[in-house]
Amino acid sequence: MPQEDIDEYIEAIYDTAGKDGVAKTSEIAKRLNNAPASVTEAFQRMQRNGLVKYESHKGVSLTKKGLKNALKLKRRHRLLEVFLHKTLHLPVEKIHDQACKMEHTLSDETENALCKNLGGPTECPHGSPIPPCNLDVKNCYECIHDEKSSDNTGKRKREIVNIASLKPGQKARISFIRGGRGVVQRLCDLGLTNGTLISVVRSAPFNGPVEICVRGCKLVIGKGIAMKIFVELVDPK
Amino acid sequence: MKKDLTIALAGNANVGKSSVFNQLVGFKQIVGNWPGKTVEKLEGKLVHKGIKITIVDLPGIYSLSAYSQEEIIARDYISTEHPDAVINVVDATALERNLFLTLQLIEMGVPLVLSLNFIDEAKRKGLDINIEKLQCILGAPVVPTVASKGAGVKEVIDKAISVALDKKTPESDRIHYGVEIEKRIDKMMMLLEKINVSYPLRWTAIKLLEGDKDLIKLFEKDHPEVVLAARILSEEIEYIHKEPCSIVITSERYALASSIVNDVLTVKEPAKPSLSDRFESFSMHYISGYLFMFFVMLSILVFISSFGGWLTGVIEGFFNSIKPGVDGLWFDLLWNGGMVGFYASLSVALGFILPFYVILGVLEDSGYLPKIAYLMDKPFHSIGLHGKACIPLIVAFGCNVPACAGCRIMENRRDRLIAVVLSTLIPCSARTAVIIGLVGVYVGVEWAILLYIIDFVLIFCIGKILNKLIPGSSVGIIMEMPPYRAPSLTIVLKQTWFRFKPFLIFATPLIIIGSVIIEGMRITGLIEMISDFLSPVTVWWLGLPAFTGFLFIFGVLRKEAALVLLSTVAGSANVRAVMSPLQMIVFALVIMIYIPCIATIAALAREANWRSTFLIAAGEISLAFFIGGVAYRVLDAFI
Repeated sequence: MPQEDIDEYIEAIYDTAGKDGVAKTSEIAKRLNNAPASVTEAFQRMQRNGLVKYESHKGVSLTKKGLKNALKLKRRHRLLEVFLHKTLHLPVEKIHDQACKMEHTLSDETENALCKNLGGPTECPHGSPIPPCNLDVKNCYECIHDEKSSDNTGKRKREIVNIASLKPGQKARISFIRGGRGVVQRLCDLGLTNGTLISVVRSAPFNGPVEICVRGCKLVIGKGIAMKIFVELVDPK
Repeated sequence: MKKDLTIALAGNANVGKSSVFNQLVGFKQIVGNWPGKTVEKLEGKLVHKGIKITIVDLPGIYSLSAYSQEEIIARDYISTEHPDAVINVVDATALERNLFLTLQLIEMGVPLVLSLNFIDEAKRKGLDINIEKLQCILGAPVVPTVASKGAGVKEVIDKAISVALDKKTPESDRIHYGVEIEKRIDKMMMLLEKINVSYPLRWTAIKLLEGDKDLIKLFEKDHPEVVLAARILSEEIEYIHKEPCSIVITSERYALASSIVNDVLTVKEPAKPSLSDRFESFSMHYISGYLFMFFVMLSILVFISSFGGWLTGVIEGFFNSIKPGVDGLWFDLLWNGGMVGFYASLSVALGFILPFYVILGVLEDSGYLPKIAYLMDKPFHSIGLHGKACIPLIVAFGCNVPACAGCRIMENRRDRLIAVVLSTLIPCSARTAVIIGLVGVYVGVEWAILLYIIDFVLIFCIGKILNKLIPGSSVGIIMEMPPYRAPSLTIVLKQTWFRFKPFLIFATPLIIIGSVIIEGMRITGLIEMISDFLSPVTVWWLGLPAFTGFLFIFGVLRKEAALVLLSTVAGSANVRAVMSPLQMIVFALVIMIYIPCIATIAALAREANWRSTFLIAAGEISLAFFIGGVAYRVLDAFI
């Protein structure tokens, strides 16, 4: 099975999966315009590669490895969309299809160079968030103003998530804040420096703000900013 | 001879700084339990032990990095006005975050005293702070205080006077950064020593390394070599740490604050969730929180409307019973003009404005307003604002004037402009008095509520349109969430009085004089002339009695005057005789929207500019008459 097809499947599962992370075979077949039988076959092959978990009566869900791949593809796709729209001034309605084709051939180095040259965008032109890179940097400013190629920067050792996706009661350490220097400085001034332990107190419904506890104080942070603060989860022990 | 002293109060938002200020100089300033209310610095004077002292209350800030208007005001004041001492009010329950600012104040090299506030609350939470040790580490006096009760405040001012007279700046061997940074700070200080700097030396050196835009601009012209050196040195730091220099210094400062807290703080027992914590969970819950908020708002409306209606009746009855049975020109002028004007404005003031300010004072002082900001953040996003905007918008229910100034808590110009426009559309107590006093009393409460709903829908739509029209986007909310604190009766009452006083001394005479003038115009027939002139709009388009044209013009002065004057024009305080229910609804609707009162227009012009102010006022007038005319035609079918 060619890599491009696997990528398409992974993206389709990521896009159509419900809240429990499970996507229906029939929906994926419809989306990719394939026969259900060949879709099932592809799932079984991908399961052998450790990308998905497939149960014939339930559906298919991404494994940790699969999810990582999906986020990487999404990142490339949306970065390309920003490039096509912002730099090449292509109309918004054309960029999706083009990015779909280009995303499979991008190398890690090109991906990060693209991100750097676009000034570390956080959203694609359609407004969907761009997943963060896996470089070992503390914020975008550092990366964008670094003359060297990103190849010399080490890879991040642990996985990071944004604080908007944490559940109440979860504890985590700040590892990476995305965005302009002003916002980063403001959050640092309020005590969210790298390595700071935070815990989520509660989050408002319908993508409302998140309330976190940091250095003994409570802070309310809007969803948009919360999605730019990335943390490493800390074991509850 | 004893010298006069100037002492500044600095501290994070919401640490009881304003309580300290009030304890020192008396209750001349409003205190509230929500972040960012003191946008301008406030001054008060006192005489202590024969020394004249000016106390300057600086806005609440978290850092001196010039991110917000508040920070710029505070740091410019300390660095250029050179106060004799600074009292740093510190929240004992959040020592680490507060010490971050303290460390920066120490860097500024001013005589410093710490007022360790909320010490009682810290004890309740099982936090034990070793004050001796903290004093020793910081090299500045630390006084535990409970500012709301006045405990310790006298000692704070004593200590502040003594450090001010001795010019004793904090001395500490603990406050230093990593060697690689200190070395570069020293280099910068050596350079700065050669030139004449009015700012504190070490602070200037650090700020230049941090790449502070304001300071760089200041030095660029006369001393470009200093700026260049700062850039090279900070790049060296950036190379070592792989992070912007300002972030490196911020992180180190926090690490320092954290290590100081480790040394002085012992947590006796993990605090059990207190009653206030549990109430916090309840009032911020995604179901009960919204229900509670809705309940609070509705109760306020219902309470004020029934109380205001009842009191209006009582006052009216009383004055009717003492009305002497005399006739004649002078009597008409004095009684129907002056006296009716007086008691009608009295019922608006005591029935509507006073109770609202008392309730607002309680909400403010207890810390409930930030909860509303949290709950309303998402809905506000759809009109291009974030949750903090609800604070000025709620203040606007009392009066639009403080609300316009309150919009300064919004971070950028765009958010401020939208918030200012929307707050002028909020029915203030004057408009509430018209809606409730006219529609609520004479037509029915359900119609009054309908008017409110129309107004909220209108505000929502206008917010949406402005969001589309004005380029840019909201920065999003970053706000501290203070805990619930029991409101203090004295502070609530003083706050109420502070807001209520301008109405009594400014508006009431205006209403009485206005009423007399109108009565005179009624007798001379001038009203008819003006009203006739406006009758195409009032009679044909809005379907109102002709005399309302005059009221609309006079209502610009103050909106509640429209209701008061309506009674005057009607010849009695009973309006039912001169207006049908439909007419009352349309009249109240137009009054609600048509133009902000003269005081609001002035406040608007101060926040925006005259061009926008004119546009806003003109837009609101046309909108009000348009909606009024439509309502007249649509509602006709229902009444």
